This record gives sequence, C-alpha cells and structure tokens, in this order.
Amino acid sequence: MRLITSIFGSFKGGVHPPEHKEPTESKPIERMPLPSRVVIPLQQHTGAMCEPVVKVGDEVKEGQKIGEATGFVSSPVHASICGTVAAIDNFPHPVIPAPVRSIVIESKGPPAPATWDETADWSALSRKDLLDRICDAGIVGLGGAAFPTHVKLSPPKETTVDTLIVNGVECEPYLTSDHRLMVERSRDVVEGVRILLKVLGVQRAYIAIEKNKPDAINIMQEHVANKALWNGATVEVTPLKVKYPQGSEKQLISAILRKEVPSGGLPFHVGVVVQNVGTAFAIYEAVAKGKALIERIVTVSGNRIREPKNLVVRMGTTFATVIEYAGGIVPSERHVRVIMGGPMMGIAQYTLDAPVIKGTTAILVLDEAGPWKSLPCVKCGACVEICPMNLMPCRLADFAERDDFVQCDAHHVRDCMECGVCAYICMSNRPIVHLIKYAKLNLIQAKKP
Amino acid sequence: MPDSFIVSTSPHIRRRLDTGTVMRLVCVSLVPAALASAYIFGLNGLLVIVVSVVTCVLTELLCNLVFGKEITVTDGSAAVTGILFAFTLPPTTPLWMVIIGGFLAIFLVKQLFGGLGYNIFNPALAARAILLSSWPVTMTTWVKPVKSFLAMDVVTSASPLGIIKEAQRVAGAADSTCNYLDLFLGTIPGSLGETCKVALLMGAILLLVFKIIDWRISFTYIGTVAILSIPLGRAPLAAVLSGGLILGAFFMATDPVTSPTTRGGKLLFGLGCGVLTSLIRSFGGFPEGVCYSILFMNCLTPLIDKYVQPRVFGTKKRARSRLKSEERHA
Repeated sequence: MRLITSIFGSFKGGVHPPEHKEPTESKPIERMPLPSRVVIPLQQHTGAMCEPVVKVGDEVKEGQKIGEATGFVSSPVHASICGTVAAIDNFPHPVIPAPVRSIVIESKGPPAPATWDETADWSALSRKDLLDRICDAGIVGLGGAAFPTHVKLSPPKETTVDTLIVNGVECEPYLTSDHRLMVERSRDVVEGVRILLKVLGVQRAYIAIEKNKPDAINIMQEHVANKALWNGATVEVTPLKVKYPQGSEKQLISAILRKEVPSGGLPFHVGVVVQNVGTAFAIYEAVAKGKALIERIVTVSGNRIREPKNLVVRMGTTFATVIEYAGGIVPSERHVRVIMGGPMMGIAQYTLDAPVIKGTTAILVLDEAGPWKSLPCVKCGACVEICPMNLMPCRLADFAERDDFVQCDAHHVRDCMECGVCAYICMSNRPIVHLIKYAKLNLIQAKKP
Repeated sequence: MPDSFIVSTSPHIRRRLDTGTVMRLVCVSLVPAALASAYIFGLNGLLVIVVSVVTCVLTELLCNLVFGKEITVTDGSAAVTGILFAFTLPPTTPLWMVIIGGFLAIFLVKQLFGGLGYNIFNPALAARAILLSSWPVTMTTWVKPVKSFLAMDVVTSASPLGIIKEAQRVAGAADSTCNYLDLFLGTIPGSLGETCKVALLMGAILLLVFKIIDWRISFTYIGTVAILSIPLGRAPLAAVLSGGLILGAFFMATDPVTSPTTRGGKLLFGLGCGVLTSLIRSFGGFPEGVCYSILFMNCLTPLIDKYVQPRVFGTKKRARSRLKSEERHA
C-alpha cells in the first residue's frame, strides 16, 4: 500500500500554504499552571448539549463529571480544576457565535492532587468496558471537529470496518501539537492505537504522518516495528506528501487506500475508521489511568504572539489567560486576528473571554491581514482545479451570491467540507467559503418546518 | 491586551497572487513581443501599441466614472486588452482607427456587459472583428518589415497565409513559399504582435511557469491545427508558425473570463478553436481564422461550462448505490 501511495502521491487537489511550523515544532510540550477560574461550556462537541449535574455553590473535584451527556451522540463534561461552582450561565464560546450555557468553577486554595482510578493493564477489559470508559471520560475527536469518539467507535452493525487510520497528518499551518505529542508521548499514543484496534476488532492500521515531521515518523516506526505489541495485526506508518487538506478524513482515506467515501457518507461506508493521534492518546489516558478529558495540548503561535509554545491547558481556561502565559500579544498599531484552530479552517474570535474547549487544537494570534478586497470572479478555474471534493467553488459562490440555493444544492454544496483552499487560492479574493456557508445555512433552514 | 479583533470567515490566510499581480505579469510577458514588433515594423508599430493602451485605460476610467462604479483601472486588465488589441492590428492602421477600436473593446465588449469577469467575448478580438468588417481593406493591408526604425516608407505585401491561400486558389495545391526562420523570427508581413514567434513564446513560457495560463487550451489548440493541416494539405510547422495562431493560442484563447472553467472544458475549447481555425484557413473567405474561431468558441463557453463538469468526489455510481443500501438500514 505504501508503494501505491508513493506512486500516486496523495489525494486529488489541495494546496501547500507556507507551513509556519518552525516557531513551535521543536519546543517541548509545557504544562501551563492551573488557572484559578475556568468556564466549561456544556456544548464542546458535535451533538446534543449536556445537562449540568451540579448546582451553584457545589464543591467539585478535578475530573468530576459536571455535565451529563443527553443521548447517544453527546459527550459528558468534567471539572478541570478543584473548586466551587460559581455560576451556571451563558458565556462566550469559541465556536458558537451566541453565548452558550457554561459552568464556571473558581478555586480558592491550592489544588488537591487528582485521584485517578489507575488500571495500568487494560487488556482484561472487554470491548464494552473499554467503550464505556471512553464515553465516560468525555472523549471526542481532538483534531478539531469534536465528534464524540464512542459514537465513531460504534459502527452500525451492517457495516464491516476492517481498517483503522490514525491521523497524525496535522496539515494546517502553524499547528504542532500532534507532532510534539507523537515525538514526546509516542509510547502512550501507540498504547492508544492498540486500544483502538481492540475496540474496533480490526487487524489493519495505518499511522498517517506528513513528511515534514521526520522525527515523528522515525519514532512511530520504531514502535510499529516491535511485533510483540501488535498481536498479529498489520500496522504501518505511512509518510505522506505535505499537502493541505490531507488531514480531512475523506482525503486521508483517498490518499492511503485510494477509496472514495460516498457523497453524504461516512468512513464506515468504505470500512474505515479514522482517529486523530491526540484522541488515541486521550483514549489511553482514559482507559489505563481512568483520566477524564480535562486537558489538551494547544499550540499557541502566530506572528503576533511573543513566545510561541506547545501547552497542556486545562479545559475552560480563557484564551486571555493562555495568551498571557505565552508572553502576550506583541503590541503594534495594527490589529490582530485571534484564531481558534489553524489559519485555513479555524474560527476568528471576537473576545478573549472564550475558553479552551475539547476541540481547541491551537490559539493563533496573527497580524492584521485583510479584509481582502473581493473582485468579480474571472472564472480562471483555479478553485475547480484544486478542490479536493471536485466541486466547482466559483459557481457555488456565484449561485449563493444570488440566493439561488436550489442550484447550490444541485451542484453538491453539501459535499463541501469548507477546507478553504478555494478562497485561499482565489486571485480575485472571493469570499467563497463564506458564501458556501451561507448557502448551507439557508438550505438547512429551508428544511425546517 | 487589545479589545478589538479582526473577525471573518476562514481561511485567514491568502495566497499572495491577486488579480492586479496577474495582469501585471501578463503585461510583462507581452513586452518581448512589443519590442520585437517595434524592431520589425518601426515607429509606426510602437505608436499603435501606445495609442491602443492609452485609449483602453482612459475608456475604462471613463466608464467607471460615468457608470458610477468602483475604479477598476488599477487591476491592469484594460492595459492588457490594449496591448493585445494593438497586436492584432496591421502596423499601418491609422491611429484614429486604433482609438475607435480600443474604445469599442472596453466600452462595448467589456463594460456594457458588466466589466471584468462578465464579458462574453474577448474584448481585443471582438474589437478587431468590428474593425475588420468596418474597414476591410485597411485591416488586411500588410506591409513588409521596415529596414530602419524611423523609416516611414512602407511596402505593401501579402502575408504568408495570404500567399498560401492565393496559391491554393490558383493552383489548387499547397506551395509553401515561406522561409521557416523568417516565420519564427517574425520578419514577415503580418499583424503587429503576431509575427515574432520567438518573443511570443518567451512570454508564453513565463505565463506557463507562473501558472497564469493553462497549458490545456494552448496545446490542444496548436496541436489540433498542426494535425489537421496534414489532411488539409498544408505543412504542419508552417500552419503553426504563420498567422496569429501562437498569439491567439497563448494570449487570447486562454483569457480566463471567456474560456471554460474546468479542465475538460478547456481541452474541448482548444479543440474547437483548432478545428475552426483550420477550416476557416482552408475553406473560408479570409486567409486567417484565429480571431473568428476564438470568438465563436467564446459563445460556446457557457454551454461547455454547463455540461463539462468534474465528477464530484464520492459520487461514482457504484459508491452511490452502496450508500443507498446503508441508508435503508439506518
């Protein structure tokens, strides 16, 4: 399979923006001091919002469940510090534009050490026990989409999943948290992969890493070569050509297996489950240490941050606190753009009061660029050529601009994953992603009764 | 800590190449051919180019002001049209005629349709077609290259394609009398910018390297003409090097606004241009057909864009039926 990948190179389309990974790619992960106040949104995942199980004034412990999942496609949230519940109210959220119901915890004294239910040997646990632990720990996809992991690991009965792809691609510029994790905690990531293999009951796994992370490729290859770990399963590290959006599930499956996930379908439909390396690590911590997902690695970078870092941050820590710890913003007359996530798909923030949530891969502070002046489309076709989903972004944008959502639908606007390569490459600076999001929103609203 | 931030939809970075840069690069790529035409046809040629560019830019500015639209002169597209329009003209075109043509290119063909991005026809070629039908004699009077830059005396002569056509008409057989080196260097009668192939190719390579133009249109266009020249009884190399084919294939047919958007559409567009050019050259009333072929294919571009579209990822028939069976289970 590696042969095929090296011949065909990669998936179709895509771009290679400047990587900007130098500021943080060789910086060891650093643990940020515990904050004295955290804001934990009850919605940090794709799916139904949690219900609070604590009241204002309650004392909570680190790792204690404070929001219960409501339904299958949902994921619980946990207290990330010890302290008192100070408020349950609406607070700014880094992804959802309107304030979201959140639990505020304030700590007074020094933090009491956490007590984790350590089960170093997880091999005796059944598949169901493993899934329950993953679900209870509140684990969601840590690559950014935050889809509940236990749902992803429970494929419908009619589908046969035979392949696991572990996503260590990290194709967005600036981001280095997965890279550092693979280098520094490779053993734990590999343990996580072993747990995943057991939960899914599959015998084949690929660990996908882009070639701009040679140290991560080497170290993962060493672990993979240790046959004793794998119980007969075929596991290989797949170095991939550096190209954005390789980390997208559909594109990654296409690059490694030459299989296309059907339009509107999920990786299950081609017998694949994709999990991010960060998620694999969190699964290991949940299963072997009984540790809930109360912290994550966040890359703090960008050309206006004073000291770029890779930080372990507790959930609910505000962006302001994190940025301050990274030396703050370099002062200048020019404005900044604060982004949660990478520069291609990340979300621009309107306030630094937004908290770090499970899907926060990075906090970037970029110097003012744009707003870019949009000129009429000259139909050069550059976006059509590089669209990884083979759509015609320029036409979709035209239709959306005229509010012709029926045409947008007919031209598969719903297959767009908003990776942004079209808007990135457009010489007329057309706000293509913006218009496509607008069309999708209108299509969703039109469906509602 | 700042209290205000720039907020917009992703992506938050952009490639550096914008429309203005692209247009400036196209201008640069046309400089070798402009210098060559000044060398070959003397001061007259240079004047035509300068007047054409000035007319186009002023017309664009005037249209912006009169229509109360945003000022778009700075995007450089009007200057490109000006150079390309001048390149399609005979070196002896009277300057008043150049002014009329430049005005029509920008006002009638481009701005009345909505400006950059909305025009159906290539402005330079459409303006040339209008002049050709208005003043057919002037527009088909070719002169021999001048001996010195300032020499104003001109000697009229037939263009190589005209010679071939005449020979075909009289003798019914192809008798290529042109010298390949002259064809390549451009020391032959013809339109201002079309003759010096070596200069045009230098510009074309620049545009191809920077991926400003797509090879698909140019290569299929030229390839089709070369292949069709064999059954039509012409020498393939002469067919490629004579007339406006190189200029048209690299700089006119590749105009993004008036050519198809998809890869398949671009191949089809190049093929259509090639077939039409070959047919007009052999059977049409004019010796040259590049201009009309491209204009005709410009008309077909919306149709091509409608029917030649890429297959959306994950929409293979097989994959789709598989999805449907999943949905039934769900």
